[in-house]
Amino acid sequence: MFKRQTFPCLILLLLAVLLVQPPVFAETSSPTANPGDTAWMLISSALVMLMLPGLALFYGGMVRRKNVLSSMMHSFVALGVMTIQWIFIGYSIAFGDSIGGFMGNPLDKFLLRGITPETLTGTIPEYVFIMFQGMFAAITPALISGALAERIRFRTYVTFILLWGTLVYAPLAHWVWGGGWLSQGHLLNGLGALDFAGGTVVHLSSGISALVAVILLGKRRGYPSGDMLPHNLTFTLLGAGLLWFGWFGFNAGSAVAANAQAGLAFVVTHIAAASGAIGWLIAERIHQGRPSALGAASGIVAGLVGITPAAGFVAPWAAIIIGFGAGVICYWGVLAKGRFGYDDSLDAFGVHGVGGTWGAIATGIFATIGATGLVLGNFQQLVNQIIGVVAAGLYAAAVTFILVKVLDATMGFRVDDEQEQMGLDQVEHGEVGYNF
Amino acid sequence: MKKIECIIRPFKLEDVKEALSEIGIRGMTVSEIRGFGRQKGHTELYRGSEYTIEFVPKLKVEIVVPEDRVDEVVNTVVQAASTGKIGDGKIFVIPVDETIRIRTGERGPAAI
Repeated sequence: MFKRQTFPCLILLLLAVLLVQPPVFAETSSPTANPGDTAWMLISSALVMLMLPGLALFYGGMVRRKNVLSSMMHSFVALGVMTIQWIFIGYSIAFGDSIGGFMGNPLDKFLLRGITPETLTGTIPEYVFIMFQGMFAAITPALISGALAERIRFRTYVTFILLWGTLVYAPLAHWVWGGGWLSQGHLLNGLGALDFAGGTVVHLSSGISALVAVILLGKRRGYPSGDMLPHNLTFTLLGAGLLWFGWFGFNAGSAVAANAQAGLAFVVTHIAAASGAIGWLIAERIHQGRPSALGAASGIVAGLVGITPAAGFVAPWAAIIIGFGAGVICYWGVLAKGRFGYDDSLDAFGVHGVGGTWGAIATGIFATIGATGLVLGNFQQLVNQIIGVVAAGLYAAAVTFILVKVLDATMGFRVDDEQEQMGLDQVEHGEVGYNF
Repeated sequence: MKKIECIIRPFKLEDVKEALSEIGIRGMTVSEIRGFGRQKGHTELYRGSEYTIEFVPKLKVEIVVPEDRVDEVVNTVVQAASTGKIGDGKIFVIPVDETIRIRTGERGPAAI
């Protein structure tokens, strides 16, 4: 299997090298990068990268011990393959010349051609911008793995995230940030659908896709009666902590400058994470009697998801409402799987799908800084937010539906019952997480 | 010789060990085990979903003694491990054919 694919890969690489133009060096008079902005964006990119090991721990702790490596690999391998995909075509589809506002031209910046160390995006080197955006492209498909954990084949997962990143994530990033039809100044009365750091592009899209995939692929063997307990919640808490830390880069970095908006995004991100944890814990205390550690970790992530689209546009008081609301609503969101009977192992939909939707709508309500939401009497913005949610949600759901169906028919998406019983670490990777 | 196998509540281990030391028992083997009897399991909640934990964690204490000390040891363990509530555990007394001390090759009660 692997050997057969090596040859075409080499040809592709050769072709890629031929297509790349020799670097053209900028003239001395051209504008140079702003050092402050560049420094902050370098740091932000590294912060977002840290979210992947964070996600690996967050998810890894929640699965059974026989699947811990498999779950953590879902995040780490995404950092690998999505980075290469981003360099080849992902970045070009997201930020290349727009084709009708739907996607960028994949050949425009294929393998980053035409970009030199001096090329700027705004006030920072384009290379830095590519890295920052590339980290988003890596983490988004990895979020979906939370729904599919403990039952899928590794090679099908890798193929799935490559295709999903190319056909879903990159076009959505183009719609909202790459000058596509949802960006400000385009359709929808020129207001666009506000999505500061990826509530719709990252969280809603991955959450909805997770739900579609998990409904198509079915439950884990033995769910919900078997012992499906988290094997190490200390990992999950650590992971939530790393995600909180990395999210400062994710949100405050989305200002793409070291400026006042970045400062605002940083403050509201922190407030929302704290409020999310409190919201979830209170909901748990009332509903089931005890506030749990897993609840605190989940609430932190829910609050962070909720504030993501709003981070550059809302005041601190609104961040409390958005974060607290996200904690409570996502708690309700994860209870839904029990009611509807789908097996979203680690609640990718319950947290990211539901939290992303809440965040997008809340942005339309509470935006008061650099944009006007419902609280300032602008009903249109709320309508635009809903259009953004529905369009991105339907698009992501439809493409995911086709991808999962096709991959399941051709490669097989799930391991068989016996392999699932043995655990994916042993079956798919030939190793186990704990040898003591 | 008999082996006295005691399934006890984990937090009672210290009491049982102290009581046995006081009556001159100089060795025992302890292992972490899981099981259920009349206590059944308990439930745990993760993100609002309820899971039944059927197997309750307990400790197994194994002591080998000469026949004439069985009652004394059993009574001591019963006293030390009891809380009076369901879930205190069980004691099994099992015949032992032979005991051998590996270091010296001694056999029988002297090897205990």
